[in-house]
Amino acid sequence: MTRLYVARNTRVAARNLDGEMMIMSGKDSTLFTLNKTATIIWQSADGATPLDEIVERRICPKYEVEPAAALQDAETLARELAAHDILDVSESPILSVHSHPANPPAGESR
Amino acid sequence: MPGLISPVDCLHLTVEIGGIPIRVNTSDADFLSMLQNRYAGFVGSSEHAELEFDVDLVRPGFVDPDADLRVTQRSGKWSLVRGDFRAEWEPARRTGTIRQSANPYSIDAVLRIVHTLVLAQEGGFLMHAASAIRNGKAFLFSGVSGAGKTTISRLAPSDATLLTDEISYVRKDVRKDMLQHARDDARKQGHSYVAYGTPFTGELAKLGENVSAPISALYLLAKGPENRIDPVAPGEAVRELLANILFFAEDQELVQRAFHAACEFVSRVPVSRLTFVPDTRVWEMIG
Repeated sequence: MTRLYVARNTRVAARNLDGEMMIMSGKDSTLFTLNKTATIIWQSADGATPLDEIVERRICPKYEVEPAAALQDAETLARELAAHDILDVSESPILSVHSHPANPPAGESR
Repeated sequence: MPGLISPVDCLHLTVEIGGIPIRVNTSDADFLSMLQNRYAGFVGSSEHAELEFDVDLVRPGFVDPDADLRVTQRSGKWSLVRGDFRAEWEPARRTGTIRQSANPYSIDAVLRIVHTLVLAQEGGFLMHAASAIRNGKAFLFSGVSGAGKTTISRLAPSDATLLTDEISYVRKDVRKDMLQHARDDARKQGHSYVAYGTPFTGELAKLGENVSAPISALYLLAKGPENRIDPVAPGEAVRELLANILFFAEDQELVQRAFHAACEFVSRVPVSRLTFVPDTRVWEMIG
């Protein structure tokens, strides 16, 4: 099985407002609001933790979903986010996930 | 070779909007006079100018009305280009140049853009909103064209001071005395926001008063069958705020700053939707 690794794109700005994760693309200023599952993936996307581990540890216990189906959904979601330049997706670990100076850490509300 | 070179008189005017004095240098007395009229009430002292622009007037030429505005930064220098003007500004040196014909619209656009760039660095912004001061507090009324900015401004009672009917000026307020002497809750907050009057007018064509006050509320305008105020969820508030913030620069870092500024503003200033019937009773709910 090919493992996927996900990392937050450093070119976006993110804020958690009252439990709602909002993300603005630095590329085209598009504003996104993530749903709860996408928020978990975004917050966990450190580039080092495989997506299947994120699903198994953080999504399955919370939503009581079957791991295989949940992973498939998560992969689809991760690729959609990657298409919007919100996440970087790779089949190998992604190094150097640095916060931009104008960005607080993921999930943090300044 | 004396006689071939004659000194050019340098005339100047300082336009102070939002507490930021910008000195404009020109050699054209008529242009200066036009600026004095245009920015009446916002003319400040040149001794403390924070920025300075030399205006190079050119003959009016063909202006492409569809020419897009481009605001870009390269090697620490901003370039502002539109069909009717070309300006450069170097923040580190606090100086810039504007090349335009002798009209008030071009320099007005340049000043707006420069203010957005300055404010973006400190968490403030210009936004499409009318604003007014009542009982020492500023209220912002935001919305796209037709939402009611001019209407609510026109309906303002005599005890309200109009700051603008079109472009509101929002700055963070970090006052030393506030930080030193504030009560615990205020200290936790650290700062609030202040709205300033602007000379940027809409349909009302009336300059705002050059005064400021802490912002008490932002209302998202909607015309309706009754007057009512409804809460707005933070996410929606940010979305609407961002839709109304003036932003021109093609600059990734500033985009991020604008986003965080909107989020921070929403976390500190109450945002509500104000549905109103266009008559004076709406102001009974404000202030």
